[in-house]
Amino acid sequence: MAAVDNSIEAQALVREFKKGPRAVDGIDLRVEGGEIYGFLGPNGAGKSTTVLMLTTLLPPTSGTARVGGFDVVKQGPQVRKAIGAALQEAALDPLLTGREHLRLQTAMHGIRGEERKRRSDQLLERVGLSEAADRKVKGYSGGMKRRLDLALALVHGPRILFLDEPTTGLDVQSRTALWREVGRLAREDGVTVFLTTQYLEEADVLADRVGIIDRGHIVAEGTPERLKAQIARSTVEALPANAEEKGAVAAVLERFGKQTPGFSPGTVAVQLASSDGHLTEIVRALDQEGLRIAHLQIHEPTLDDVFLAKTGRHLEGAGEAAGNLEPEPAPA
Amino acid sequence: MTALALQVASLGRRSVVRTLRQPAAVVFPLLFPVLLLAVNAGGLRAETRLPGFPTDSFLAFALAVPFIQGGLFATGNAGIDLAKDIQTGFLNRLALTPMRGIALLAGELGGVMSLAVVQALFYLAIGLIFGVRLKSGFAGGFVLIALAAVIALGFAAFGAFAALRTGSTEAVNGIFPVFFVFLFISSMNIPRNLMSTTWFRWFATINPVSYLIEGVRSLVISGWNAEALLLAFGIGLGVVVAGFTLAAVSLSERLART
Repeated sequence: MAAVDNSIEAQALVREFKKGPRAVDGIDLRVEGGEIYGFLGPNGAGKSTTVLMLTTLLPPTSGTARVGGFDVVKQGPQVRKAIGAALQEAALDPLLTGREHLRLQTAMHGIRGEERKRRSDQLLERVGLSEAADRKVKGYSGGMKRRLDLALALVHGPRILFLDEPTTGLDVQSRTALWREVGRLAREDGVTVFLTTQYLEEADVLADRVGIIDRGHIVAEGTPERLKAQIARSTVEALPANAEEKGAVAAVLERFGKQTPGFSPGTVAVQLASSDGHLTEIVRALDQEGLRIAHLQIHEPTLDDVFLAKTGRHLEGAGEAAGNLEPEPAPA
Repeated sequence: MTALALQVASLGRRSVVRTLRQPAAVVFPLLFPVLLLAVNAGGLRAETRLPGFPTDSFLAFALAVPFIQGGLFATGNAGIDLAKDIQTGFLNRLALTPMRGIALLAGELGGVMSLAVVQALFYLAIGLIFGVRLKSGFAGGFVLIALAAVIALGFAAFGAFAALRTGSTEAVNGIFPVFFVFLFISSMNIPRNLMSTTWFRWFATINPVSYLIEGVRSLVISGWNAEALLLAFGIGLGVVVAGFTLAAVSLSERLART
């Protein structure tokens, strides 16, 4: 019996919208079976358009993609059978209850009778919605809606799961609960997870590998540790006590590394030239010049540093700075 | 039950449940046509004294109108539900399942038609309570309900088409008054042969809604009028086929899954 293919693969995948730029501009990626792949990027980077193409909801302009071993253009029904998806914004009917959603979703997948009830109850239990199952969705919190969305994506036991910004707008508790469930799906059930996010922490904590997308291009790819190791240098950020001394502070800090955009307004930041600690020398140099500092901080490398190194911008706010390149892509 | 039948039944059930959980979607289609009927029956009663008027009860004459108005409300119910599904992404959720497009249309329209049957029973009961007796008898009541269901299905299919074409609840709301214009320039308030204004009679004659009304009316005031019934069912089914075809084509474009 042939081994089941749970991988996702894209080659030179492009999606162009009428009167718009290329939302996805020739991306190549490969996600192995059972892996959690974090697709990280700012708003409008092309994440959702990529997901829509990989889930067969949007035909690519060019390039190829295979999901679960099936071509997304030529074998759409087979792809859809293999995947589950929770797309951006939980698309739920506010007038139906959680249980009714599961009843409808199972029916669409041809699951019936006792099996339908058993699976619905099991999934409601799994996502912690058993007690709220008979309440209308319009009374659910954002976290509950996301958990129901996840349960609906799982009714047919998919081998591959697409989650498009699953924790956007959720509180920390709901976010952590969802991370736990997604992690469990991959570790215990061997489900391949393709997760888009604009949260650095989410990609860092959850993903085995991360692809960073910006303006339709994948600008970096690897494990979070490896990507951060490529940068390997800490950043020192200083907030001058006197705003007029910002230039002088920058001149001192530049002795230790290359200036980089600060994380907060009014600050000066440099990426240190080497990984050795320089903080004592920096403090001494600032003191010698008579410069007073209100706040001095050292940042260990993060995925944001990786994004910064590759694009020259911080991830937060990069979508707005670049102009939103990704049109509302939902075809339906 | 086949997979397709299960999908149709589940989507139809959802359509009914959704509507029943929105009191405004249930109450207005029931009350508004009855209120208009009451106003017309009171204000236009003198028409029955016109030479050649087919009945001496204006209520019996006008009872056909609520059935058509109920059908018009079906346009809104079907269209707005589908447009909301498009706007919220619910249609994408369904598109990711093995659901067949025909199941979505059949389920949604089937649900709307079921509610239209309930509405029609309500209008008929109101008529009977206020003394109207069907000239076509008990069997005529069944035919009347069947015709009302066909009419509602036809209008609902056009509502679904508008929703699938535009993806906008505003657009669906926009076509509702257009259909109402067709109702007002029909034979809803006076038989076509008694219309003295030539242009109005001409419009009423080419307006398919007139024949739908006259088919329903014939069962109430004339008995079994084969010509009126054939025209009404023929036009009703024609509207169903046209609306359903347009909606199906729009759905296949809208469900752009590969």
